[in-house]
Amino acid sequence: MSSHASSAVDPVLQIEDLAVEFITEHGWLTVVDGVSFEVGRGETVGLIGESGCGKSVTAMAVLGLIEQRSGRVSRGCIRLDGRDLLALDSREMREIRGRKVAMVFQEPMTSIDPAFTVGNQMVEVLRRHLPMSRSQARQRSVELLDRVGITDPHRRIDSFPHELSGGMRQRVLIAMALSCEPDLLIADEPTTALDVTVQAQVLDLLAGLQAEMGMAVLLVTHDLGVVSETCERVIVMYAGEIVETASTDELFARPLHPYTAAMLASLPGLHPDEPLDPIPGIVPPRHALPPGCWFEPRCEHAIELCGSGHPTLVAVGGRSARCLRADDLRLPGVGS
Amino acid sequence: MLRLAARRLLKVIPLLLLVSFISFGLLNLVPGDPAVQIAGEFATEEQIEDIRAGLGLDRPWPVRYASWLGDAVRGDFGVSLFSKVSVATQIWDRLPATLSLIGLSLAISALIGVPAGTFAGWREGTVLDRFLTMGTTVGVAVPVFVAAPVLILIFGIKLDWLPATGYVPITANPIDWARSLMLPAIALALTGAAEIARQTRAGVIDVKKQDFVRTAHANGLATWQVLGKHTLKNAMIPVITVIGLQIGRLFGLSVLIEQIFNIPGLGSRLIAAVFENDVPFIQGTVLILGTVIVLVNAAVDISYGYFNPRVRAAA
Repeated sequence: MSSHASSAVDPVLQIEDLAVEFITEHGWLTVVDGVSFEVGRGETVGLIGESGCGKSVTAMAVLGLIEQRSGRVSRGCIRLDGRDLLALDSREMREIRGRKVAMVFQEPMTSIDPAFTVGNQMVEVLRRHLPMSRSQARQRSVELLDRVGITDPHRRIDSFPHELSGGMRQRVLIAMALSCEPDLLIADEPTTALDVTVQAQVLDLLAGLQAEMGMAVLLVTHDLGVVSETCERVIVMYAGEIVETASTDELFARPLHPYTAAMLASLPGLHPDEPLDPIPGIVPPRHALPPGCWFEPRCEHAIELCGSGHPTLVAVGGRSARCLRADDLRLPGVGS
Repeated sequence: MLRLAARRLLKVIPLLLLVSFISFGLLNLVPGDPAVQIAGEFATEEQIEDIRAGLGLDRPWPVRYASWLGDAVRGDFGVSLFSKVSVATQIWDRLPATLSLIGLSLAISALIGVPAGTFAGWREGTVLDRFLTMGTTVGVAVPVFVAAPVLILIFGIKLDWLPATGYVPITANPIDWARSLMLPAIALALTGAAEIARQTRAGVIDVKKQDFVRTAHANGLATWQVLGKHTLKNAMIPVITVIGLQIGRLFGLSVLIEQIFNIPGLGSRLIAAVFENDVPFIQGTVLILGTVIVLVNAAVDISYGYFNPRVRAAA
């Protein structure tokens, strides 16, 4: 285990002081600010937070897809296998995407091109990155479909997306993303759109593939239940910055940031007798951030000092938290 | 795909019957007694009777329709009323000019419209997009009877690059054939190209925001694969509809263009036939052109199956 919870031994992905801006009606707004973390080889790290906290934008920045969404990386450094991704031109980045880093998205129903067969699109990705003949790529695609648990892959490879269920499409997308055995897989809410039973299957599949291929996984999710089952470490984001990092066990046992604690308290199912306890209020909009701690208006533990100065991310015994009261609060966790 | 084609072609049969019925019915649209009209002012009663018998007007109309349709299916459309030349011969002589004009013009509109719209949509909001969008606005706005003389003046007379009028059959000389049709085809293609470009641009802008395009980017596909393969094939579905709509319009406008450019096509002969009350020729031509349009539209519908596999499944 590393000394600091946001760093990793033998890192695949290193993000330093990343800031991403988007053009809005209020001008350029920073939606990800000063984010730094690492993902180690073969490690699974959870990136969590409410929608709009910047977790998906961080993921898109790693893939170099921010420009597609009329945004820009305004500061920082993203290194994959030691290579500075932000220094690459779009052509070089296209060769990295799908080959070294791949992504699985939330919406399996709409994420595969409806106009081409599954096999056509898998062969296309394989042949784009690897020196393969058409028949080799097709053979490999059948193997991959088989590996992700699609029955009758020889027939399914010639299916069109509309002939497959949501769970099957997500398996196809996983197979496509992993086809070139990337060093890092970014999974952005990979199970959110799926039925609960299928969710568990897809998570098991991802874990199995990870163990087999030894890739690192950055799991972007708002679902703490998913995190507790799959991740070794967790990074909690709020309003575009990291508010807490810890190993999954530590985070669930004893959260240091009130936001993390509030998310844990809002988890359903752990205390079936108690009513759900959602976090009051909403994430503050980027053009109207509070002067002090950005969570202070929603925080039940806020003191007067919290409203004046913006806290920094402070290392606390191998983990880190962005809270003035991280040391003196004894926030409730879940489990054990 | 085959099932889709078969089903769509089956639907063609009642449509063709309707077309034939309308073509046949044209005879009855001639005001008054067709035989009297055709015979002219100074005809004797005998001459009128002859014409009436020649047209078969002494028989009830369902019988006439059945016999006319039976002949038409065998390629016999009767003879022109005055020249006594076989209508079928005249049509086969003139159809190639009209079809090559329309085919070439359609190809030109697609070859200009699809790439222009694709680049405008892909580079939405850039100077290139604004330039192309302005071009399509002009293209849609300029009527063919303005475009044609302007093209003749510039390229036919001033620069003398292409023949201003006339037509060379492809069997005589393919290069001269293409040269002779270039100006009329371009004049005819401008509006279509502009409409295809606009529809393609809208389609590309819509499709490039889709999740599967993001997947294509995330998988590191080259730009030409994302744009030329995934975006374009999906964006083509509404464009195909526009192209289908163009075809009917092109047949209508070809009448005008053939007159302006002095092309011996069906359209120019059709106008003469209308003035001469040459009913058999009008009937035959309407039937043939109607059939061509019905078949082309069926082909357009079938091509949806290529661009959108879900259509195939629904067939």
